[in-house]
Amino acid sequence: MSLLGKLSWSAIPFDQPIIMGTVACVAIVILATLAWITAKGYWPYLWREWITSVDHKRIGVMYLMLALVMLIRGFSDAIMMRTQQAVAAGDAQGYLPPEHFDQIFSAHGTIMIFFVAMPLVIGLMNFVVPLQLGVRDVAFPTMNSISFWLTASGVLLTNASLAIGEFAKTGWVAYPPLSELQFSPGVGVDYYLWALQISGVGTLMTGINFVTTILKMRAPGMSYMRMPVFCWTALASNLLIVAAFPVLTATFAMLLLDRYLGFHFFTVDSGGNAMMYVNLFWVWGHPEVYILVLPAFGIFSEVSATFSGKPLFGYRSMVGATMAICVLAYTVWLHHFFTMGASAGVNAFFGVASMIIAVPTGVKIFNWLFTMYGGRIRFTVPVLWTIGFMVSFVFGGLTGVLLALPPVDWQVHNSLFLVAHFHHVIIPGVLFGCMAGYNYWFPKAFGFKLDERWGAAAFWCWFIGFHLAFMPLYVVGLMGMTRRLQHYDVLSWQPWLLVAEAGAVVIFAGIICQIIQLATSIRHREELRDTTGDPWNGRTLEWATASPPPAWNYALLPQISSIDAYWLKKQRALAHQAQPAQEREYAPIEVPRNSAAGFSTAFFAVMSGFALIWHIWWMAAIGVFGIFLTMLVFAFREQEEIKIPAEDIAAFDRAHQAEVAV
Amino acid sequence: MTDTHYDRAPGDATTLPDVEQGTSSGVLVYTIGLALAVVLTAMSFWVANTSLLWVGGISLGLTVLAIAQMGVHLVFFLHVTTGPDNTNNVMALAFGVLIVTLVVVGSLLIMADLNEGMMPAELMNLHLQH
Amino acid sequence: MNVNVAVMDDIRPETQLVFSEAGPAPKRIVVGYGFWIFLLSDIVMFAALFAAYAVLAHATAGGPSGAQLFNQFNVAIETGCLLASSYTCGLMSLAVGSQRRLRTYLAAAITFALGAAFLTLELREFAGMIATGATPQRSAFLSAFFTLVGCHGLHVTVGLIWLAVMMAQVAVKGFRATVERRLLCFSLFWHALDIIWVWLFTVVYLMGVIS
Repeated sequence: MSLLGKLSWSAIPFDQPIIMGTVACVAIVILATLAWITAKGYWPYLWREWITSVDHKRIGVMYLMLALVMLIRGFSDAIMMRTQQAVAAGDAQGYLPPEHFDQIFSAHGTIMIFFVAMPLVIGLMNFVVPLQLGVRDVAFPTMNSISFWLTASGVLLTNASLAIGEFAKTGWVAYPPLSELQFSPGVGVDYYLWALQISGVGTLMTGINFVTTILKMRAPGMSYMRMPVFCWTALASNLLIVAAFPVLTATFAMLLLDRYLGFHFFTVDSGGNAMMYVNLFWVWGHPEVYILVLPAFGIFSEVSATFSGKPLFGYRSMVGATMAICVLAYTVWLHHFFTMGASAGVNAFFGVASMIIAVPTGVKIFNWLFTMYGGRIRFTVPVLWTIGFMVSFVFGGLTGVLLALPPVDWQVHNSLFLVAHFHHVIIPGVLFGCMAGYNYWFPKAFGFKLDERWGAAAFWCWFIGFHLAFMPLYVVGLMGMTRRLQHYDVLSWQPWLLVAEAGAVVIFAGIICQIIQLATSIRHREELRDTTGDPWNGRTLEWATASPPPAWNYALLPQISSIDAYWLKKQRALAHQAQPAQEREYAPIEVPRNSAAGFSTAFFAVMSGFALIWHIWWMAAIGVFGIFLTMLVFAFREQEEIKIPAEDIAAFDRAHQAEVAV
Repeated sequence: MTDTHYDRAPGDATTLPDVEQGTSSGVLVYTIGLALAVVLTAMSFWVANTSLLWVGGISLGLTVLAIAQMGVHLVFFLHVTTGPDNTNNVMALAFGVLIVTLVVVGSLLIMADLNEGMMPAELMNLHLQH
Repeated sequence: MNVNVAVMDDIRPETQLVFSEAGPAPKRIVVGYGFWIFLLSDIVMFAALFAAYAVLAHATAGGPSGAQLFNQFNVAIETGCLLASSYTCGLMSLAVGSQRRLRTYLAAAITFALGAAFLTLELREFAGMIATGATPQRSAFLSAFFTLVGCHGLHVTVGLIWLAVMMAQVAVKGFRATVERRLLCFSLFWHALDIIWVWLFTVVYLMGVIS
């Protein structure tokens, strides 16, 4: 057994120019960034203020940055696939050999779900939920940091597979027997499994953190029915995380045991049952999509209420619908494998359940419409994304209800019709929601707004591009084209796929617009400055803080007596114009100390993961021991909190009050 | 300000854990729990080995006894009660039980159903799957 | 505790009697509840392993079955050890609550010993099975058995390491609030492991020997 396990120079795909070119570009960008940071002397600042930060606001921003970078990677995979399918008809073979194409569609799905959608949603919840609840941080700030860094570990491992070794070729769901050692002897599936196991631990920690925060830490007076709807959706989403991710952990553990130790959970011999993987995977898989979409629904609730200048219509039914979706999400998972041999009775049950789950979502759509009806709507960028969502998601959801019928599903399962459906709900649902949230809360995080014109341009490119890219897929799906095809012989599909390719190019333009939007906004940040902390005339508590809020969020915890507490305060302040601000008593505030525990845990996790993938057992042992040591060092640290003196708090708060009064 | 306005942490017997609990009453609770658990465990072993019960009844009996043992642990060792100061803890537990039930029962029903639809073993050409 | 100033101008003089409106809960409750949620997630993970075991319980691939392999006497001793260790863990919690060091160490030591005894018996059982050729690689049933029971044993091992570290913390830091909270979490963990064992020995061992 070699000292480096299975690792050798042959792991680097020198013979594949596309990969080597990509790796070279990425390496240059990373090295240039690191060099620039070093030259400018930013390392102490980065380490102190960001890498070891346990502040939910900083962690939220880092999640979003991670997600947006990975969006570019995931989108690159997408446009490569579209291009291949646009040309590889009949005699043409395209430019991607099958082994490479298989890795691309597997990486695309894995990255988009786990390293774009999840971090986007979790990042926004991280930043906003404590502020909306009127508290200073989440329940477990250091664990929050560990969560983020473990997600980053998963990102690092997945991307490392590009340069060293290969990625899975099984699709993002990695069904056995294909994902078993017998049929996937390379390291690809191992990269997939370890990257997701590690980041899965981080995600589970997030779930625990936010369930505890929302249920046990709210401002005084904020009963459950006075919480903003975004916090309700965050609660439902995190309850689903706590309920679903352990199943994924167990399932992947079983597959890992099969691959590493020759167990027989899912093998074709010795009694293994591959169908059980499919069953258990989707027990996780279906709640996962609700984990992603529920917070997006929450964002739409916040945005539609704020920019209509009206309270959200039907708060109670929104809460009820959210919790109904939370529970029902756990009763529909078999619809992902209608065609795999269950009897008609079982299929029918899950088909009916899948149709029922559309009802609470319908309730939400009507509530948003009634919120906007009769309001004075301001067509800001978040509202554009919201309307784009409403128009598109309804149709995407309807195709879902179609697919919920087993006889229909039998015709189109694993065709491009299915691919079109799930993109038709995820992109307008999750992505548009997160883009709305990104534009909506950006001023709160950074103190200046994003440029509206480039934001609108980005939206229209995304909206038009999305429809161009995915509506043709419904057609070819009905014409019989299955998914994941590297090449096809039915020439009548090609015109549709060319339109889809055009759509991908338009989406690319949208992404460029978003990059320009960010760059322009940073350059013109003084003109776009948000001085009052409330650029949108908001309704919920986060708008009562300065932009960006101080580390302690609230100098004095607000006392709540209704929904939309900040709106109420503003109304009363207007009514009592002449009354001067009360003399407030400021006390020193204890904030949790920064910790390198997150970064350290992640460092050793990457070491262990990489070592396990390549069978370098001694390195894996060191990695695990390193994690244990990190926990010990953290457990025995003496000082857990830092006291911020009352004078600093008073100075900041008075300055903010002065800005607001202007 | 006292803590009495807040609910209880799971595992805490009272709302004021730092006050010295009457040690004898504390020990009594755990001892009763131990005794009950021992009795129920012994009953489980007897049920599994006896020929006095119908086979189907054995599984049911074991399940009931397991639930009872779990209840003893929850009440006597974990101090989870149904008082208003414990509502969050009980709700979380109920949610967990719901999920566990859905996962286990759902998976068993589905897998049994799928296995029923499988080709009979004798007719499968297993030589193709070495 | 910081003075609350109203977002609105009038502060209601009566204190909040409703738990949901009382403001952020004290740290002990927050930590305890968070760990409770973690335990529930752990139990869901065990549920998935249980489901896998139940599905594969008869997939013996011509190899040995549970009825042929399981030794009930051994299981009874293991059960007794773990149950007793739960009891002594409870006594340890009482000692921590009344801040009595010596009793805490004593109760912890007995808990540790009983847990270690459980693990020793379990490892011997595994070794014995493997020696007769009943390895996890033999059949799907054995894979599921070793994984499910082994996962529980792994949790017990982690628990023992945690207990040792906690005693070091008590020695170094005394009974300060953080240490007490962590000991609360440990006792929750340890009792939950016994609850899982109840289901394990019932479903795997006892139901496994019914023919």
